[in-house]
Amino acid sequence: MNRLSILLIIFAIFLPFSSGCSSNDPNSDLPTVAEQAYIENKGSDTIVNLALVWAETYQKDHPEVRISVTGGGSGTGIAAMLNGTVTIANSSRAISKDELQQAAEKNILPIEHIIAKDAIAIIVNPQNPVARLTLQQLSDIYSGKISNWKELGGEDRQIVRLSRETNSGTHVYFLEHVLRLGNKENKTLFSPDTLLLPSSEGIINELRSNPNAIGYDGLGYVPEDLKMVEVSKDGIEPYMLPSADTVNNNQYPIARDLYMYTAGEPNDFVQQYLDWILTAQAQQIVQDLGFVPVSKE
Amino acid sequence: MKATANINEFIITRLIKLSGYSAILFVSLIFFFLIREGVPTLAEVPLDVLFSSRWYPIEDYYGIVPLISGSVIITIGATLIAVPMGVGTAVFISEVAPRWAREILKPLVELLGGLPSVVIGFLGILSFTPAIRVALNLPTGLTALAGSLLLAIVALPTVVSVAEDALDTVPRSYREGAWALGATQWQTIWRVTLPAARSGVLTAVMLGIGRAIGETIIVMMVTGNAPVLANKISSIISPVRTMTATIAAEMGEVANGSVHYHTLFFIGMMLFIISLIVNITASAVVFRSQKRAEKVLS
Repeated sequence: MNRLSILLIIFAIFLPFSSGCSSNDPNSDLPTVAEQAYIENKGSDTIVNLALVWAETYQKDHPEVRISVTGGGSGTGIAAMLNGTVTIANSSRAISKDELQQAAEKNILPIEHIIAKDAIAIIVNPQNPVARLTLQQLSDIYSGKISNWKELGGEDRQIVRLSRETNSGTHVYFLEHVLRLGNKENKTLFSPDTLLLPSSEGIINELRSNPNAIGYDGLGYVPEDLKMVEVSKDGIEPYMLPSADTVNNNQYPIARDLYMYTAGEPNDFVQQYLDWILTAQAQQIVQDLGFVPVSKE
Repeated sequence: MKATANINEFIITRLIKLSGYSAILFVSLIFFFLIREGVPTLAEVPLDVLFSSRWYPIEDYYGIVPLISGSVIITIGATLIAVPMGVGTAVFISEVAPRWAREILKPLVELLGGLPSVVIGFLGILSFTPAIRVALNLPTGLTALAGSLLLAIVALPTVVSVAEDALDTVPRSYREGAWALGATQWQTIWRVTLPAARSGVLTAVMLGIGRAIGETIIVMMVTGNAPVLANKISSIISPVRTMTATIAAEMGEVANGSVHYHTLFFIGMMLFIISLIVNITASAVVFRSQKRAEKVLS
């Protein structure tokens, strides 16, 4: 009797699960298999949060599409797309010459889709009195020419330079547009004692606890309790904080496009998703997350 | 009946042999693979670039010296902390501690060994590095020292449990002999028990070093990953970049077969060779001391 009741209880516990499975089966079995699409989306850590919210929102309205989103860095995403392991590569920089060449070797034509804009904020600890910098000063800081805050009107503290790892699109953008001031001939490099941290979180963490540090990251990743520095292109133009307005007016000098790449023309499901990303609904999400929407003209 | 027993015996001995030899097979396969992917570097990157002190692979600077020096300085630091502490703890557990303390300590040390390294790294980045920065008045706490301290925590359980096992195998009669001659407890430990367990203790130290040099995620989180040449003692309080962290951080991005890809494998090869050297030195030392012991006894 006792044993029987235990069996009954076990049965009662598992019954809902088994019935749940069997009732789902017919649904997923026949009609949807042909319609179901699986989009794999990987790359830039800058874009990953945005891509996640997009994927969730889109899947609510389009249950036949399943989207998985992972980070890893722009280079990682593009490499994965070229190796055929993901459908869409997220990238915070334009595809490089080397990558295009690899694509050509594999007979892939990467197609570029601009999905949003991003401002790169220069961030310091709130205790740091320095409030404004020019691009030239930023270049000198990161290349090692300036290594004390004193030289910038701050306290007598050694500057600790923080950067993302070299596989980050933000790193490459910063190298080309801030360290080298957009000049292709310029071969300035990051000072070797620049700390290369593997994640945005690592940079934010160190900035929060260390008054000597300076770092950069996408505007969407700057927490309230850290201080952003006003930046001017040349010291003559006004010093500006990054925001959607200053980026769209071209007043904030360190802003860039964010991309998604597909290997060749995307199939219908992917194309629909990419079209949806440019709708007002999706671009509102861009704004909500601290990025800058692309204006349709 | 007897026939089946024989067959069983045959199968089982073969299986055991196979698993024994498979270790050799795996190591040689790994080494072969590393060589195949790593050696092309020597042709692609000029030697003076490869052994220069600038590592910035996206602009074709492939100097691996800072990475090697980073790994070495962190490992030396970790060893200097973990070996005395580890051997001391092992001696305490096996020779000094009362029974109840031993029964608490042993599982605790094993628990420490079971902590995932990412958790230790997380603790390090939240508490160790800010504390180091403030205590030593450094520009940043993300330094080789932070890496050494945390790696010492990682290596400690290995050193303790292997050294403790070695001390346990020293026959009780050795200690009784020493006590009978009037030796104090300290003299017994230092002059009799530890020397008798020497080869085991040395194995413990080597395993600890191996654990420290191969650790990746912790050093990636707390050492700042700046490829600065660590060539003086004060480098311990500056940021460094290790070989393991470099491979982990950059492997995901490189294209198969590129120069950068081959160089990362070359670094892997160097790591393999370094741990091989550590192991060979260890067994050479153990072998020599055994021979001397035999000579003394005969």
